Amino acid sequence: MTESNQRELSDEIVIRINQMHKWYGEFHVLKDINLEVTKGERIVICGPSGSGKSTMIRCINRLEEHQQGQIIVNGTELTNDVKNIEEVRREVGMCFQHFNLFPHLTILENLTLAPMWVRKVPKSEAEATAMHYLERVKIPDQANKYPGQLSGGQQQRVAIARSLCMKPEIMLFDEPTSALDPEMIAEVLDVMTTLAEEGMTMLCVTHEMGFAKKVADRVIFMDAGQVIEQNTPTEFFENPQNERTQLFLSQILGH
Amino acid sequence: MTTQKYPVGQHPNLPPPNNTVGVLFWLKENMFNGVLNSILTLFSFYVIITLLPPLLKWAIIYADWTGDSKDACTKDGACWVFIRVWFDQLLYGRYPSDSIWRINLSYVIAIVAAIPLFFSAVPKKIKLVLAAFLLVVYPIICFYLYYGGGFGLEVVETPRWGGLFLTLVIAVSGIVLSLPLGILLALGRRSNMPVIKSFCVVFIEFWRGIPLITVLFMASVMFPLFVPESLSPDKLLRVLVGVILFSSAYMAEVVRGGLQAIPKGQYEAAAALGLNYPKSMILIILPQALKMVIPGIVNTFIGLFKDTTLVLIIGLFDLLGMAQLAATNPNWLGFTVEGYVFAAVGFFVFCFSMSSYSQHLERVLNTGHRN
Repeated sequence: MTESNQRELSDEIVIRINQMHKWYGEFHVLKDINLEVTKGERIVICGPSGSGKSTMIRCINRLEEHQQGQIIVNGTELTNDVKNIEEVRREVGMCFQHFNLFPHLTILENLTLAPMWVRKVPKSEAEATAMHYLERVKIPDQANKYPGQLSGGQQQRVAIARSLCMKPEIMLFDEPTSALDPEMIAEVLDVMTTLAEEGMTMLCVTHEMGFAKKVADRVIFMDAGQVIEQNTPTEFFENPQNERTQLFLSQILGH
Repeated sequence: MTTQKYPVGQHPNLPPPNNTVGVLFWLKENMFNGVLNSILTLFSFYVIITLLPPLLKWAIIYADWTGDSKDACTKDGACWVFIRVWFDQLLYGRYPSDSIWRINLSYVIAIVAAIPLFFSAVPKKIKLVLAAFLLVVYPIICFYLYYGGGFGLEVVETPRWGGLFLTLVIAVSGIVLSLPLGILLALGRRSNMPVIKSFCVVFIEFWRGIPLITVLFMASVMFPLFVPESLSPDKLLRVLVGVILFSSAYMAEVVRGGLQAIPKGQYEAAAALGLNYPKSMILIILPQALKMVIPGIVNTFIGLFKDTTLVLIIGLFDLLGMAQLAATNPNWLGFTVEGYVFAAVGFFVFCFSMSSYSQHLERVLNTGHRN
């Protein structure tokens, strides 16, 4: 059943994280992270809360700053250089746990804002793209409402569409379903699965193990700021190597 | 075990129970809801009934309305003749009466240009043009109209400006300029750059820490001591600058409150989409932050509007100043109350309008705050 997502991966490396460390003040959050992501790869990152998984993917678009090591995204190294950071952010989309839609703008305005102001796309073209992606996430009829009028699941789908409107090369998902009611998780995961099937490079922090089994090329397990284990989903779930991974899996799959 | 009379979704919408709507219900619910409320309602009626008739008698029934000197005031009530005679001075100070049309013209231009801004049917583009006109071109027109010196208009020196006109000049320039300045200071105070941050902190704390009267005295009395007469700008201009800097410090703190109330996720979402700092501030953060602090901003505006009366102590005569000046005129002694009532009504009209408009704005801009 998990064989379906075993496939040939491209050799082109789009994200390279090299001996990366991060501290919050005195606290060492991320320890010696090494990660290479190839184009089109879908990675699911899991681990107990506080393990640093969100912090790690937030480093990839510099929402968090790393203090040591290297992060290279699409050939651009993330440093203090604002130009580089903006370049990376243009190519990397991100969805948040709490959606973070702009409440003072309509859904359509949420979607067209960044293309118009960052990519300088003309308004009519930006609106056409926006409607295209709203149809993809199955809520074109909500275009003129405000985020506050939508359900959580709808808001998260809008947030995904908003990122896609920038035509990103890579998508980061930071616990996209953790704030949703069970009824709404499925509709968001559906959209993400479709996106994965179309070949988007995805890094996804999530506790949805069903999604990981179905979609991921690789599952990464983190604990205490370190990458403990990474493997294909089949191997990862059926034959976990590390003790800590086994304990984690037994806790979340055990009931 | 529940029994269901209707299939799911088929239950009809029933009208509310009879005794929960109508005037009598409203009265009972809002004015006679319990013993304490009933007593308070009756007490309020009593107060209104005792105060209103004497007030009406003084202000309207036994008041003098016609005449042009103190001798016309024969009745027991208010002498509105006083206001009539001094009307031009109360509104325009000692501005030459054959030039008052210039001030009125500026009012007309402002009103005509501002009215379309209040109608949602007017296209956004026209509104932007009008707003730009009011903020950029209009002040220049006003300068030439008020001060003169060009286009064949005779010069009217600022010491002759006064009354409600002066109040409006100070208050409107203070309001219009202190808001953008306050926003910049608030952003600066939250900046990561130590130099900008410390400058803004010192600026804000300095201006908030001293009384407005000190600022006005500095501007009018101390400043000329240090700067030679020829280089010294006009007194009114110095006062204007003082008032603007003073209120921008208050504005900055109000705006900062709004900035702090915006969830971190909004900053992150804007950054993740590739918006740089100025764009994310202008498009995402400030529209939300300012909307949130409309009550605080308007509070500062109203405070500023009323604080303009303090210019009296440095020899400028605004609406209240002119009312006091008129009441101390030897020919018109004893009409202080009428003067104060007139000034109070004038201030109330403007402040209440600002307050009502801000409430309207809050309703219009409310798009629900759920993140």
